[in-house]
Amino acid sequence: MLRFLFSRVIVLIPTFIGVSIIAFAFIRLLPGDPILLIAGERGLTEERYAELQAAYGFDRPIVVQYLDYLAGLLTGDFGESIVTKRAVLEEFFSRFPATLELSFCAIVFAALLGIPAGMLAAVKRGSIIDQSIMGTALVGFSMPIFWWGLLLIILFSGVLGWTPVSGRISFLYFFPPVTGFMLIDSALSGQEGAFRSAVSHLILPTIVLGTIPLAVIARQTRSAMLEVLGEDYVRTARAKGLPPWRVIGLHALRNALIPVVTTIGLQVGVLMAGAILTESIFSWPGIGKWMVDSVFRRDYTVVQGGLVLIATLIMLVNLGVDLLYGLINPRIRRN
Amino acid sequence: MVLGRTMKAALLGVSLAAIAAFGASAKTLVYCSEGSPEGFDTALYTAGTTFDASSRPLYNRLVEFVRGTTEVEPALAESWEISDDGLTYTFKLRPGVKFHSTDYFTPSRDFNADDVIFSFERQRNADNPYHQYVDGASWEYFNYMSMPSLIESIEKVDDMIVRFNLSRPEAPMIANLAMDFASILSKEYADQLEAAGNKQQFNQQPIGTGPFQFVAYQPDAVIRYKAFADYWKGKTQIDDLVFAITTDQAVRQQKLIAGECHVMPYPNPADVESMKANPDLQVMEQEGLNVGYLAYNTQQAPFDNAMVRKALNMAINKQAILDAVFQGAGQAAKNPLPPTMWSYNDDIEDDPYDPDAAKQMLADAGVSDLSINVWAMPVQRPYNPNARRMAELIQADFAAIGVEAEIVSYEWGEYLERSKALDRDGAVLLGWTGDNGDPDNFLALLGCDGVGGANRAQWCNEEFNALLLEAKTLGSQEERAALYKQAQEVFKREAPWATIAHSVVHMPMRANVTGYVMDPLGIHQFDGVDLTE
Repeated sequence: MLRFLFSRVIVLIPTFIGVSIIAFAFIRLLPGDPILLIAGERGLTEERYAELQAAYGFDRPIVVQYLDYLAGLLTGDFGESIVTKRAVLEEFFSRFPATLELSFCAIVFAALLGIPAGMLAAVKRGSIIDQSIMGTALVGFSMPIFWWGLLLIILFSGVLGWTPVSGRISFLYFFPPVTGFMLIDSALSGQEGAFRSAVSHLILPTIVLGTIPLAVIARQTRSAMLEVLGEDYVRTARAKGLPPWRVIGLHALRNALIPVVTTIGLQVGVLMAGAILTESIFSWPGIGKWMVDSVFRRDYTVVQGGLVLIATLIMLVNLGVDLLYGLINPRIRRN
Repeated sequence: MVLGRTMKAALLGVSLAAIAAFGASAKTLVYCSEGSPEGFDTALYTAGTTFDASSRPLYNRLVEFVRGTTEVEPALAESWEISDDGLTYTFKLRPGVKFHSTDYFTPSRDFNADDVIFSFERQRNADNPYHQYVDGASWEYFNYMSMPSLIESIEKVDDMIVRFNLSRPEAPMIANLAMDFASILSKEYADQLEAAGNKQQFNQQPIGTGPFQFVAYQPDAVIRYKAFADYWKGKTQIDDLVFAITTDQAVRQQKLIAGECHVMPYPNPADVESMKANPDLQVMEQEGLNVGYLAYNTQQAPFDNAMVRKALNMAINKQAILDAVFQGAGQAAKNPLPPTMWSYNDDIEDDPYDPDAAKQMLADAGVSDLSINVWAMPVQRPYNPNARRMAELIQADFAAIGVEAEIVSYEWGEYLERSKALDRDGAVLLGWTGDNGDPDNFLALLGCDGVGGANRAQWCNEEFNALLLEAKTLGSQEERAALYKQAQEVFKREAPWATIAHSVVHMPMRANVTGYVMDPLGIHQFDGVDLTE
């Protein structure tokens, strides 16, 4: 197991360097200049422009700038945002819990609904249930997030008034963040109704962000189940006279779950992409929205730092999934 | 039936009790702001969103704009004197003004001259410990308003008198001091943070003399303020002010309708009518202090000929642009100044929309087979909500008089940079939003100094320029206005721009919001605002 872990970790090093180069190059390849954007219509004199270039270090050779940035990354110094002048790391971690909380709820929502739906579709293969589930999954997968979010807001918040429109908690509640996770903090605050408010604010964004992963998980579970249900050992189990729920729920599902777990792991990347839109619609103060704003402002330090941090997290999650995969399926870690 | 009635009564009782409890506890105004502030030390930044959240609620300036106007009134300075040569400004400070007292700072003294000097010195003096207290600190508005070369020195005459010595007479100086970058911050707080080695906090946990004091900020989510009980103008009517940061326009609207916020900025013009029809809402409107224009390159033939520029101006159907691009939230512009600005010359007649006459003028000027690039900005601005669409309409208008137009666009930073070039090919759509309510702030865009820079028309007209320079040296607003009116005549005759439109800004709010006044400079301010039942 240790060797397996080691082999996986070694792969991360070149990936990390690759990510750092891409992140650094990406924002600089986009046309635009943060200094000019800050100045806007008012503009800058040439001397002032040169002064600011020097102040931000943009006048140095690009390789020097990269090495400086890489050295910073390795020592945990991600620099300061050009726009807000605050440390990138501080900005990231003040927003990250919001994204993590939302992503976690979305993936739990997607798995809790997606796995049973996929199982049901597989067991009832070809039936109207199967077709409805798979049809809905296709619609869910193809849904433009922005449109879907607004639609839910207009229906549930606007017309029915069941859920709040946006934000993480009602402005009536105020307590300093302890963990940064609103569900936990609101429960800890002891303020009556705070936890309920936090939950009600989470419902719509969770559904919106969880929709695509839900569709993917349902489809993946269905196909994995179908494959497993045709295996000899399932037929044997049935022939032994085991009750159907034991055959499906225990023998078949356990093996079918292996590709599903991988799929869930891969959805982390999808969630990050979805979080960008979901957070924008629901005014959710997470890193997705922060990154989008920073790209528009050409805030070099934030974009490159943020990308590296997000990529590193995704790599770590995938490493975790690989390890989990090894736990579920011993053959993999032996190979 | 009886049970039903009892239940209804009980429910009503519960909800009334809830409202009463909420009402009695505090009056909270929630403003659905459009974005996060960059920080709370106003002078470091240039965005209106930051000013809304910092300078207006938290700080005061020596002089301030009267709410809803661009007139200047005394604020932290009770009065001031300007020397006859226009080089010395002496301010008598207001006594008894308190700084906010919070859990992170308790002031030991009232506001005085040291605070004024500190607030400006940190911006102009590179040796000031707060000049570079955050990485990349730059004082862009201070620089943009030419303060470094204008202010020669600032002296403390005594604790309550401060003198600014200028290097040249500058008529807009008082208006400049009402701008957000000129907010007055606490020197005592700054010194305390410096001693504690925690200068960064100055930008994150602000202390001012303003109507509201800072409580908490969660980035991208919410800013909380509470009324400052010892505010020198008296405590505001609302007790708590909350900025619920909501970047998406459609979501802001839903929040307003659902009652989750009381006031929202920047509605979609297409939705204004439906909001006006909603009995729970009211929609205020005001002409924005801005102008959207198309700047020709007057240094490139044949656009160096005023007759050609005039002809093109006459080909543009402004009404069609107002309908399609501004969706009614705009008015046609005939001058480079907006109509709400003093010295606006209303006697000037706009070039009529007359494609036939325009065609004839081009023929008279000996121009045929004319082609032009029309530059369309890639971003939305108050003075131009959809530059691409505007460019398409202008393209069609030009085609109608036989001028072939091609639309070009670049990323915003590139656009701003490339459009400055003297040899630029084509006419540029751009605009301006006023900084300080002074006509010079607009007209200077067409000054000779700006050629190759902010003057996108690359237009240097000696007559116009001389009028501008002279007006800057005069103390009397009346005399200045006369010169600016003349300058507008020169502008109209020479037509370096096609002036397109001034926007009309809408501000939807709940029906129970009273006392809100729209600001011509586009700032959102909540002192003086109240909530009724």
